[in-house]
Amino acid sequence: MKKIEAIIKPFKLDEVKDALNAIGIAGLTVTEVKGFGRQKGHVELYRGAEYEISFIPKVKIEAVVADSIAEKVIATVMEKAKTGKIGDGKIFVTKVEEVIRIRTGEKGDAAI
Amino acid sequence: MKTKRLLTALLLAGLVIIGGAVFAEDKASAPAPAVPAAAAPAPAPAPAPTPDPSGANTGGAGDVVGASAGAPTADDMKKMAAAEPLAAKLADVIGHNRIAINVVWTLFCGFLVMFMQAGFAMAETGFTQAKNAGHTMAMNFMIYAIGMIGYWVIGFAIQMGGSGGAASLGGGTTLDSEFVIHLFGKEFGLFGTKGFFLSGVTYDAVIFTIFLFQMVFMDTTATIPTGSMAERWTFKSFVVYGFFISAIVYPLYANWVWGGGWLSQLGKNFGLGHGHLDFAGSSVVHLTGGVAALAGAIVLGPRIGKFKADGTPNAIPGHHIPMAVVGCFILAFGWFGFNAGSTLAGGDLRIGVVATNTMLAGGAAAISSMFYMWFRYGKPDISMTANGLLAGLVAITAPCAFVNSVSAVFIGVVAGILVCVSVLFVERTLKVDDPVGAVSVHGANGAWGVLSLGLFADGTYGDGLNGVAGTVKGLFYGGGSQFAAQVIGTLTNMIFVFIIMYVFFKVLDKIIPLRVPAELEMEGLDQAEVAVSAYPDFNMRKSHR
Repeated sequence: MKKIEAIIKPFKLDEVKDALNAIGIAGLTVTEVKGFGRQKGHVELYRGAEYEISFIPKVKIEAVVADSIAEKVIATVMEKAKTGKIGDGKIFVTKVEEVIRIRTGEKGDAAI
Repeated sequence: MKTKRLLTALLLAGLVIIGGAVFAEDKASAPAPAVPAAAAPAPAPAPAPTPDPSGANTGGAGDVVGASAGAPTADDMKKMAAAEPLAAKLADVIGHNRIAINVVWTLFCGFLVMFMQAGFAMAETGFTQAKNAGHTMAMNFMIYAIGMIGYWVIGFAIQMGGSGGAASLGGGTTLDSEFVIHLFGKEFGLFGTKGFFLSGVTYDAVIFTIFLFQMVFMDTTATIPTGSMAERWTFKSFVVYGFFISAIVYPLYANWVWGGGWLSQLGKNFGLGHGHLDFAGSSVVHLTGGVAALAGAIVLGPRIGKFKADGTPNAIPGHHIPMAVVGCFILAFGWFGFNAGSTLAGGDLRIGVVATNTMLAGGAAAISSMFYMWFRYGKPDISMTANGLLAGLVAITAPCAFVNSVSAVFIGVVAGILVCVSVLFVERTLKVDDPVGAVSVHGANGAWGVLSLGLFADGTYGDGLNGVAGTVKGLFYGGGSQFAAQVIGTLTNMIFVFIIMYVFFKVLDKIIPLRVPAELEMEGLDQAEVAVSAYPDFNMRKSHR
């Protein structure tokens, strides 16, 4: 099993979610986050004076999936979250040791 | 009565300048004559004025004279009264109705101006930070009440106590006592001395109407510095300020211009046009507020983080631009009452010109500020554009009744650019932190407004104003002396208001510190100063920058 975490532009969330549903993903956790990457925030203008936005709002989505569809999920996120402009975000993939469904006690792929 | 006098004495003890004049008025309070004015329509030598608390005896046949171009003269009325008794009685009703229309108009416009307090509250709160929203709202809310009471106790008497009432409202003549000094063989009215607590002979329906209308104007002035001093001002010292400006500072200058004081007499005494003219308050209301805002912001100092070590400014963005924009719209709506109401007469059909000029100048200024910011910074900054609309309204406030529509638009265009230039000047050259642009909107454009009257007044209105025959003409219409009177009035305001407010804030600071402690300022003033968080659910906020 793999955990796929993706930090994406907030307005891309619906598109990504719909596409992941279409390929049969079972669940998704979403968090509103703020941060910076290589872009290091950006400068805005207010009444003729500049000010720096150092943490930009993003959305973090997390999904734990079976190894068999991990590549497909990654490809889908990449396709749907991409604008081609700076700030599209990143995807982090980690191995997951165990998944347990609290209600039934099922484990592993059956619990996803 | 005794306790009231005791209270009066206590409250006024420190007010040396008013001295003994305070109590004189409480004595005479004879009931108004029940005889309708129709019985004597001719202008007989006036007996001592008496108050009319019920309003039933205000407005009569005498008010028909001169009501329109074809109105009967006093002589016509006299002859007619003998020949046609019914017509004489009807004339009395017509006169009463005429005054009633004017009173209703004045009150209605006063209600509109009162609602401008809501506009100020929203504009100022929207342009400041979320962590201080409760505090900024609280100042804008309480200044309404504090100013009102300060004005009721002392301010109104100082401003209007010698004004002689308002002819268009059919009375108020018991406001007949002005403190005057004699210089160069001329009279210089300094302040009125009747109307403290709106009591005694000033318990009169017309005077109460005048009070309401003048009170909401004063409150507009009083709320302006809460913008320039926002986000760092202690509430305690703000309360003291509220009483001071409403009871003393605003009423003094307002007396000089609107209460029959010396600036209004520059025409009669020295031949300078019609004296210093300010139709609805570019100088009396807005310049006073703007200059007080500047003095306060200088004494208070900039917000932490406003200026970098090298003196260049940081932007501290307002937290709720939609709220600020709605606030500006509410102000623009209230402004119709502000300007058109200043005729004090719904029967004066110049109100159509006044209201339209007001509208045009505001719109023109919004457009010119939009293009200025667009060309200079690449974007039509909505926050400056909203300030631009207000700047145009401030500027047209003095000249609105005296200029044509082309001049009104021009005055607005200049105002919209002036406010942008002034905001940058105040911030970058003076290094004064004015979070909402109050000094530029009300100060710079208040001055431009009164001066523009002296330039563009086109001679179609204002016959007999301030006791000077003939209509009002600005410099471009052959009235150079009117412009001189405008300059004198503007300089007087800047010097008088700046000095008195600067000294007041400096002295007050020694007694009750003006500035909140630095840690509170960074934390936000809401909890510490007014015991409420404007947005308790919104706790992911920056505590510093």
